[in-house]
Amino acid sequence: MSGEFLRIEGVGKTYVSGGKTSHVLADIDLAIDAGEYISIIGHSGCGKSTLLNIIGGLTRATTGAVILDHSEVNSPGPDRAIVFQNHSLLPWLTAYENVRLAVDKVSGGTRSRAERHDWTLHNLELVHMAHARDKRPAEVSGGMKQRIGIARALAMEPKVLLLDEPFGALDALTRAHLQDQVMQIHMKLRNTVIMITHDVDEAVLLSDRIVMMTNGPAAQIGQLLTVPLARPRNRLEAASDPIYLNCREAVLRFLYERHRYVEAA
Amino acid sequence: MPLTSQDPRVLPQLPNAATSEAPRPRHGASAATTRLAPLLRRLLANTLPPLIAVALLGLIWQLLTGAPGSGMPSPVQIWSEAHDLIVDPFFNHGSQDIGLGLRVLVSLQRVAIGFGLAAIVGVLLGTLIGQSVWAMRGLDPIFQVLRTVPPLAWLPLALAAFRDANPSAIFVIFITAIWPVIINTAVGIRNIPQDYRNVAAVLRLNSIEFFWRIMVPSAAPYIFTGLRIGIGLSWLAIVAAEMLTGGVGIGFFIWDAWNSSRLPDIIVALLYIGVVGFLLDRLVALIGRLATRGTAA
Repeated sequence: MSGEFLRIEGVGKTYVSGGKTSHVLADIDLAIDAGEYISIIGHSGCGKSTLLNIIGGLTRATTGAVILDHSEVNSPGPDRAIVFQNHSLLPWLTAYENVRLAVDKVSGGTRSRAERHDWTLHNLELVHMAHARDKRPAEVSGGMKQRIGIARALAMEPKVLLLDEPFGALDALTRAHLQDQVMQIHMKLRNTVIMITHDVDEAVLLSDRIVMMTNGPAAQIGQLLTVPLARPRNRLEAASDPIYLNCREAVLRFLYERHRYVEAA
Repeated sequence: MPLTSQDPRVLPQLPNAATSEAPRPRHGASAATTRLAPLLRRLLANTLPPLIAVALLGLIWQLLTGAPGSGMPSPVQIWSEAHDLIVDPFFNHGSQDIGLGLRVLVSLQRVAIGFGLAAIVGVLLGTLIGQSVWAMRGLDPIFQVLRTVPPLAWLPLALAAFRDANPSAIFVIFITAIWPVIINTAVGIRNIPQDYRNVAAVLRLNSIEFFWRIMVPSAAPYIFTGLRIGIGLSWLAIVAAEMLTGGVGIGFFIWDAWNSSRLPDIIVALLYIGVVGFLLDRLVALIGRLATRGTAA
């Protein structure tokens, strides 16, 4: 059942505003297996966030369809949990309450109160944030906010975890630390992940496959690259691994030779 | 960073480090006084200027009105003629001979009912026009026109509709306080960040959950701004409304005192109104601060 889990079929997006039509995405076809880690990389404005929002159901595709586990996606839902770039935690709730809100909503009918409490704590522990469970988002660092956001998404037990440049706003050290944690969680839970990024190393280190997008307007998938690195992966070992270096070079060539960023394209 | 918080020597050293930076340590004062002195100084700095200002104003007032035959009562005259009102706010000698505290309570009761209704209806209407573009287009122009109508202009209509003074006064409070609540709530709802809406969409919150979990906390700072303006306007309107409707409120007391030429009583009543209005404003601000703790991202 290769590529049967999540299928993106002929997805295109056109915005019409003030009589002007702009084609953002055209003919995106992609088939993803359960448990795969997919990165989508491309220059700013190439529509990668739009694609993620279409998979998440926040945006409707103009053409084509997204089919997850044999049913079409046409509205947002907890089976496609999104970790937003700006964490989007509710500032009036503590870390625990932010995760608990998701847990109560998603498994309110299937788990008892005590089970929901345990599940909330379990997910906070998974991202090493149990110690800050009673802190509000304003009281913790950017990396910790993002980890709470990941815990909230994982707590929904999504079929697909959608990460929208999850580490984009973090400093390099925090980012590396979080990437390692996400890798560990992926190893442990074997969940299907789609991650938007513009960081080449991040894409190569984390992904099974990298989807490279051409520049807009009417962005398409320019190239699909499989990263045949064995898991678990180690940042330091990978840095000198010829497979890693080849993949890295392939992505760089795509981004900077074949599809150079064009200002105001 | 050579200093770490684990180092036990650091904490006692810190005050020394701070004072050694200052060129002149103050007269070898002990640790307790150095800690108390700034606190006392801040207290004095906050209370002394208003006290001096009040004393000066009282003195000028006394000088201007103290001469015999002056049309306005002087502070000394107010004290001698109205000190029962000042000293005992809660005496009760019959239907119209009661302390100003009791009168204020009667007025506050009217404000509580009128303002409470305005808060509930205002938040609901504000939510509606904040959420729905069509409701906003339809209702906003009407609200913008109606909110400029002075409170007392509603009174004759209210009297005609209710045929009773008390509900009419409450209606005037309601109609005065509701506009800022509606408008601020609507702005707060419209300003809910798209991120929170996305979170709600992914979690599939239903509209009741969305209202309580996202809308109310997110718009709370705006709602409380509206409530604070509303309570101020209510207090402005109740005095005027009571002057016309009668009863035992503080507003009617002023009108009654004017008709029997008791100017010192009026001035005491004005002070009561000012202080109560100030306290009401602070009360709503305090509730707002408690309710919106942590809402600012």
